[in-house]
Amino acid sequence: MEDHGQAHREGRRLTSGPLAHLRSSPASHARPQVGRRAPALPVTLQEGRLPVAISTSTPPDGAPDAAPPAGSGSGAERQRRSTLLHRLDVRGAPYAFIAPFFVVFAAFSFYPLVYTSWISLHRVELSTLNLMEWVGFDNYTALWDDDRFWNALLNTFTIGVLSTVPQLLMALGLAHLLNYQLRGSTFFRVAALTPYATSVGAAALVFTMLFERDFGMINWMLSLVGIDNIDFENNKWAAQTAISTIVIWRWTGYNALLYLAAMQAIPRDRYEAAAIDGASRWQQFLKVTIPGIRSTIVFTIVLSTIGATQLFGEPLIFGQGPNGITGGADNQYQTLGLLLYEEGWKNYQMGRAATVAWAMFLLLIVLFVVQRVVKRVLARRA
Amino acid sequence: MTTDSIPVQTADAPPGTVQKKARKSTAPGGRSRQLFRHPGAGRQHHAGPVAYILLGIAALFSLFPLYWTMVAASTDNTRVTQTPPPFLPGPHLLENLGKAWQDAALGKAMLNSLIVAGVIALSTVLFATLAGFAFAKLRFKGRNILLMLVIGTMLVPPQLGVVPLFMMMTELGWGQQLPAVIFPTLVSAVGVFFMRQYLSEALPDELVEAGRVDGAHSLRIFWSIVLPIARPPMAVLFMITFVHAWNDFFWPFIVLDMSNPTVPVALTQLSAGYIRDQSLIMAGALLGTLPLLAMFIVFGRQIVGGIMQGAVKG
Repeated sequence: MEDHGQAHREGRRLTSGPLAHLRSSPASHARPQVGRRAPALPVTLQEGRLPVAISTSTPPDGAPDAAPPAGSGSGAERQRRSTLLHRLDVRGAPYAFIAPFFVVFAAFSFYPLVYTSWISLHRVELSTLNLMEWVGFDNYTALWDDDRFWNALLNTFTIGVLSTVPQLLMALGLAHLLNYQLRGSTFFRVAALTPYATSVGAAALVFTMLFERDFGMINWMLSLVGIDNIDFENNKWAAQTAISTIVIWRWTGYNALLYLAAMQAIPRDRYEAAAIDGASRWQQFLKVTIPGIRSTIVFTIVLSTIGATQLFGEPLIFGQGPNGITGGADNQYQTLGLLLYEEGWKNYQMGRAATVAWAMFLLLIVLFVVQRVVKRVLARRA
Repeated sequence: MTTDSIPVQTADAPPGTVQKKARKSTAPGGRSRQLFRHPGAGRQHHAGPVAYILLGIAALFSLFPLYWTMVAASTDNTRVTQTPPPFLPGPHLLENLGKAWQDAALGKAMLNSLIVAGVIALSTVLFATLAGFAFAKLRFKGRNILLMLVIGTMLVPPQLGVVPLFMMMTELGWGQQLPAVIFPTLVSAVGVFFMRQYLSEALPDELVEAGRVDGAHSLRIFWSIVLPIARPPMAVLFMITFVHAWNDFFWPFIVLDMSNPTVPVALTQLSAGYIRDQSLIMAGALLGTLPLLAMFIVFGRQIVGGIMQGAVKG
């Protein structure tokens, strides 16, 4: 928040500067008020600054380098230099402004991603990171022959489906409810989003206890309806369901808010037209709401798919300790993320870990291609 | 509360202006708008009892685990492991919080998380606003392609590069150090896009032009014109980034160790079997969540608004 204060101070100093007139509207109010922009320009002109510039500010596309700032007129040399500086500023500043993002992305995302494929062709041990021994595709063939890899791939997929599908469906329903005219809508929205503020660590700890075999609350409630205690840790499907529940709990509200925002942007007359055509509320939901938020649905599917392929913290903590990294005693809920960690930081084989990472990336690409194809096919049918 | 009428208010707002309109909205406007409601037009319906019941269940589902964390943290191990489990708080809350604070070394973890999340949120807000301003209001070659590139980077999960990243950080001597966690997330694509969407609508071109006319250079325009206007979304982006950075797990878990952890990393220690006392574990989980919960209680509405605002535009 520090920079806000600085901005404010800066704004105050400007009261006597060349931009003084600009302070009148935006700086004094935290909220932008578009309606106020009209006075801003006339003030400029009243002050009699740069009448030449009036014409340059009129083109609607506002080509910025068309307006050389006239100096105080104390010399052609100075003016030329300031024009040059101005050109440089107008041309270069945008790139300087976006540079931090691209530098950070290149250094800490793109380069590591590319370098991962190089490492995956080597034998590298955690203890001797600078010794890289070329092994060609050995890591890949070893991974291909490794049952744990196929197991982890399958687990990642099943937990992904178990967590993503109910999550998005429930989010859709919740968003629809929140879209009614409600008393206390703020409360319901904030309540829905609260799990999102809980860290994986805390959420997984709580749910691990709720799913505890002997004294957990879930088993107690199940016993009320006559179901015997379920061993949520060692039963494969029970464990995967429990882990999916953590994911669902944390992300349903978030996705619901995304849907809600999209629903509110649907023009009202579409509903009115549908209502006039005699569409029931359910039909309105199917024919107006769902198509109206389609792009948001795609967006959430993409996001949760990415999240599902990267799943790590929930199963790790659910496994409580050493069992977490292997995803249970029999790897019954080991995901690809856990396998990556196990290979790299438990077995010290960084080359193998890089191979798993690369496999995860390939999996993502395959999923997106499949999604594209499905979308095409569905679009063609419709 | 005027917020109750938001759905009506924003009914015909074009995408992206939801929050702005909603904030300006006042009760009288909402009422007059209601007169024109078409009967049977889907979402302007008042919620019936069924909707309230379902929403109540959803709220319960959301809040109960947190409430129960508090309950479990306030009892002792014997009570918490009995069936039926406790539903009401016990008397040991402060005692357990104190013990968990020490056992899980949460003091250091809290401080670390505060530094990490604070620095990341500040730098994300600054760089994202700079880049967002450039993408929204400045003209330069390749702008659209570069913007597409920014959006495309959202599809690349940073987790996939952890192996080289780990080697890089070890080489830099940042292993187990906070900079290893901070630097890779100094700015996010989501943040850039969020600010870009806001500024392209909220910042009038004329204002930027007027600054140019007065001979202000780009950085000056950013400082004196953009920053004041961008304050509300900057605050929202700060909070959302803070939440994400505070909760980030995979990479901090890999690069940090228990001698210098962030909160989520320290919490794994609670589950690792060193502590057998269940109510202490819950006390630790509660402590690790409290700072963000406090933030949600105070700024929940703004955070909700920010997420929804980013969504419509995204």
